[in-house]
Amino acid sequence: MTMKTLLSTLLALLGLAATAGAKLNVVATTPDFGAIAKEIGGDKIDLTTLAKPTEDPHFVDAKPSFIVKLSRADALIEGGAELEVGWLPPLVEGARNSKLEAGKPGRILCNQGLALLEVPTSLDRSKGDIHAAGNPHYTTDPANAKICAATIAGALAKLDPKSADYFQANLVKFTARLDAKLAEWQKLLEPAKGKRIVTYHNSWPYFAARFGLKMDLFLEPKPGIPPTPSHLAEVITRVKAENIRAIVVEPHLNRKTAEAVAGHTGAVLLDFAPYPGGAKGTEGGYIEWMDTLVHSLAKGFATAK
Amino acid sequence: MKKLFTAGLASALCLGTFALPAQDANEAVKKQMEQMQENFNRALKEQREYFEKVIGAQSNKIDALTRQVEGTQQKQAEAAAKEKLKAEIESALAAQPKPAAPAVEVKQPWSPAQAIPLVKAGSAYMNISFDALMAAGSSTAGDPAAQLQLGDHDPLRRGFSLRNAEIALDGAVDPYFKGFANIVLKLDKNNDTAIELEETYLQSTSLPGGLQLKAGQFFAAFGRQNPQHPHQWAFVDAPIILTRAFGPDGLRNVGAQLSWLTPLPFYTEAFLGVFNGEGGTAHSFRNAGEPDAAGTLRYAGRATLGQHLSSGADLLFAPRIASSFDLSDTQTLLAGVSAAFGPNDTGANSRTEIYGADLFWKWKPTTAHAGFPFVSWQTEFLYRRFGAGADATAVPVLPAENITDWGFYSQLAWGFTERWVAGLRGEFVSGNNATFDRMDVFRGDRTRVSPALTFFPSEFSKVRLQYNYDHGQNFGDDHSVWLQLEFMLGAHGAHKY
Repeated sequence: MTMKTLLSTLLALLGLAATAGAKLNVVATTPDFGAIAKEIGGDKIDLTTLAKPTEDPHFVDAKPSFIVKLSRADALIEGGAELEVGWLPPLVEGARNSKLEAGKPGRILCNQGLALLEVPTSLDRSKGDIHAAGNPHYTTDPANAKICAATIAGALAKLDPKSADYFQANLVKFTARLDAKLAEWQKLLEPAKGKRIVTYHNSWPYFAARFGLKMDLFLEPKPGIPPTPSHLAEVITRVKAENIRAIVVEPHLNRKTAEAVAGHTGAVLLDFAPYPGGAKGTEGGYIEWMDTLVHSLAKGFATAK
Repeated sequence: MKKLFTAGLASALCLGTFALPAQDANEAVKKQMEQMQENFNRALKEQREYFEKVIGAQSNKIDALTRQVEGTQQKQAEAAAKEKLKAEIESALAAQPKPAAPAVEVKQPWSPAQAIPLVKAGSAYMNISFDALMAAGSSTAGDPAAQLQLGDHDPLRRGFSLRNAEIALDGAVDPYFKGFANIVLKLDKNNDTAIELEETYLQSTSLPGGLQLKAGQFFAAFGRQNPQHPHQWAFVDAPIILTRAFGPDGLRNVGAQLSWLTPLPFYTEAFLGVFNGEGGTAHSFRNAGEPDAAGTLRYAGRATLGQHLSSGADLLFAPRIASSFDLSDTQTLLAGVSAAFGPNDTGANSRTEIYGADLFWKWKPTTAHAGFPFVSWQTEFLYRRFGAGADATAVPVLPAENITDWGFYSQLAWGFTERWVAGLRGEFVSGNNATFDRMDVFRGDRTRVSPALTFFPSEFSKVRLQYNYDHGQNFGDDHSVWLQLEFMLGAHGAHKY
């Protein structure tokens, strides 16, 4: 093969990769952004989600196959609040995709327009794994999901102006469905209002704030530091003293620890999927996920002593 | 929109100024006026929609703020603030509107109770981190660094050693480049500090066609462990075969590298590194070697010629190709082949070739927490052919000959529970019977088996206990125990897979 034919073959291959399909190739870092993007993008996007719905989003492996996915992406949706800081930067760097450069319309940051909770006033790792930009688990509040959906719709419209109306219509549809559901959820969780709930990791402050719950007692002594017996003893004492009825645990966390605390206190153990698809019944999408969480919690409060 | 609005305004002014038009032009002017009126209305409507959007965004922000506070008093205060802001924006709308650029972000009203973030990672221009690796331990070998621990960051001696205190900097230079620097400080046997500019390079971010350019001083992309910094290693010390092929420091040199992410459906990246290939960090290439008793610099027994780069043929070339496959949701395989070619300094036309193959496999369940549990397996095989020149002045006389070395290491790491990793590494190195062998007791066949246990109190510290069983063809059995400690400060860029 001459140099010329080799070169033209390569160029043809590159061209093929660039023009394959008119749909937008969208990559989402975590399944919550993926689920919201699916609502907005519908069949006008090809969606890939990097983190698995049951996976610990702080510790996703920066697999080389993700580099390939990002190299072909038209857009990357990320949280923008350092949740993915341990694995996303080398992937984006390896992908060398100019569409995903910071500041380009293809780089979609979902935290835009959101006021994050728990922004630390000083950065001190003796306090455990803290996120400098604030708590990044913000899509657990449906109101934030709406803003996130609007951000995604705006970005997709810029990338594919012909489908702008389609994205806008999907946004309106999604927002309306979510609003209707939100009212229903608030009603369901009325009995739990003001009640304290134990969680394993501090992943639910936005959910708690939205529904008037107190999810501020954790099995982890500090974020990212595994539970110690002395800390668990303290939690158990408080659960008994305050008659706390529910403990929330996610699939990637140590259920046995949570079971032990539940066993000692009689509190109900609730399996919360951290993301859409992380547990049975949550595969449908964002609303189905939230619906499952709310129903599980409402049921937990109804059955607890 | 600004243009449209100005047009509308101008039309409105026209309405006032063009009075008493001619009778026959009346109809046309009327139409024109209607058109202008329409434009003006549309502009106004757009203006109103824009401000409504602004108010909407503002309301959302205030909603988010409201969520943060408890107690009705604050809520009332914020509702009042919201009303006030709404009124302000409405009055702004009512007054002669001077449209703001739509991109301008509406700032949150500040409250004294609000936290003021002073330092934020990501708001700085670069990641700055400091990482220190220390070791303590002992060995049956009197001077472990002389024969057993051949890596430059390995434990140096019986007792304590601090061989890798590293300042790592990285960040975006501008929209076109990223910059990296690794400055390593280490303490020698006299407790004096040695400084090493381990890496300093620029990397392109915006080349087309999946290309990426790297230039400066950096580790050659040869195999898996060579480009990694010691704190990423699963064991205390460098594998023996790497120290035989690349010397104590690994293969790193001043040069440039072009890499290409191929358009294949699975990850395949091709690299070509070009380096000066001189000095101790190009150990098997233009390396002057160590002085003998008389002060003559020798490598492989031969007096070196002190040649320097004079043409393109003198450069060191290091090609590599690597591919990766996800075998399942939980298993990933990364494999590569590498090579390095270049002249060495033992003869006028002496050349060295090094070939390597590497494999990395990892299993991690989809419900892993903090990265645990996991099992990983890493193996590298290397072959070196060192074309040594003749040295008639050496005692005994050394002929021109090929010195070949080959060997491998294979290591298993098992993160059996959160924060704990058990590791086992096996190594074997061998080579041909070159004339030079008679002079170097450490060059014969060598086997090493190293079990290790590592505890990570957090991502930023670790404690590792390792035992080495060493067997050398020429020096017999040795046993070593090392305890390694690591701490990291600051923001350290994430590592590649």
